[in-house]
Amino acid sequence: MDTLLLYLVAAICLAWSYRKNRQKTTTAMKKAFKAFENILPQFLVVLILVAMAMAVLDTATISLVLGRDSGVWGVLAASLVGAVTLIPGFVAFPAAAALLQGGAGATQIAAFVSSLMMVGVVTLPLEIQFFGKRAALLRNLLAYVFSLIAAVFVGWVVSS
Amino acid sequence: MKPVVRRYAAVMAAAAIFIVFLLLLPLYRARAVATIAFQAETMLLVIPPIFVLLGLLDVWVPREQMIRFMGAGSGARGGLLAFLLGSFAAGPLYGAFPVAAVLMKKGASFTNILIFIGAWSTTKIPMLLFESSALGARFTLARLAIDIIGIIVIAAAIKALVPAAEVRRLYARAELMD
Repeated sequence: MDTLLLYLVAAICLAWSYRKNRQKTTTAMKKAFKAFENILPQFLVVLILVAMAMAVLDTATISLVLGRDSGVWGVLAASLVGAVTLIPGFVAFPAAAALLQGGAGATQIAAFVSSLMMVGVVTLPLEIQFFGKRAALLRNLLAYVFSLIAAVFVGWVVSS
Repeated sequence: MKPVVRRYAAVMAAAAIFIVFLLLLPLYRARAVATIAFQAETMLLVIPPIFVLLGLLDVWVPREQMIRFMGAGSGARGGLLAFLLGSFAAGPLYGAFPVAAVLMKKGASFTNILIFIGAWSTTKIPMLLFESSALGARFTLARLAIDIIGIIVIAAAIKALVPAAEVRRLYARAELMD
């Protein structure tokens, strides 16, 4: 259903763009392909790793670590993993969905998704280069704390 | 040819590990193959329209024009614009830093820069479509709502906690970058 909607939106935008300006549309498609090809290697690696992880970790194990009853420790573990990893959303969301289906709790998955997006430990040196130590460290620290708050909120909304 | 090989080196290593995994652990073989097939199928179905949208956004949203409206006196409208600019962007968060430097150079205010970074990290529209198809609309909308609050709170906190002299230094440094 969502996928169908996505195709519909993309098709309408593409048709509009093509009518307006053919050349721009061609450029856009080239950029689209390049962007796709750029994430493809990362995407394939994570695809393979997730497949192996999901094969070994059965529902019971996931529930134990990230499940509804894993509580504060599950949320903290998920948010720490999110903070230190650098995975594009295209890859992270399906993995998160797979974990969710495998028995992970919504709060734990929300903690992972939020900190993955907002906190970037790996890219901190780059951020410092542009924003200075003070602003960059502050942003990541605040974002980490906030991702925990966001997780509790999302978990509450999804489960209620 | 060589860059391609290097870029896909990690993929080949992972594939090799996967093959060894399948050979050594027949117990998990069926599940591993089923998972990878299911994931790949989902991806291949969902990815094309998203990248079409990303490409179109990149080409049609005029960045230079928006920069003018995000200066220090731009108020709530400038903040909204910074938020939208970040939301319509594409790419990982570290891609936002160079753009932020350009915005600083063109005179966008520090608060708007922080809002822009926040939006880029969490409310990118093509990503939201993708997130909602993977994790559900309820999850996505709840995260979006709380994160919009977070973006504003974090921007205000950083603005308050970083001294003006440091901000001036950052702007001066952005001026030197190309």
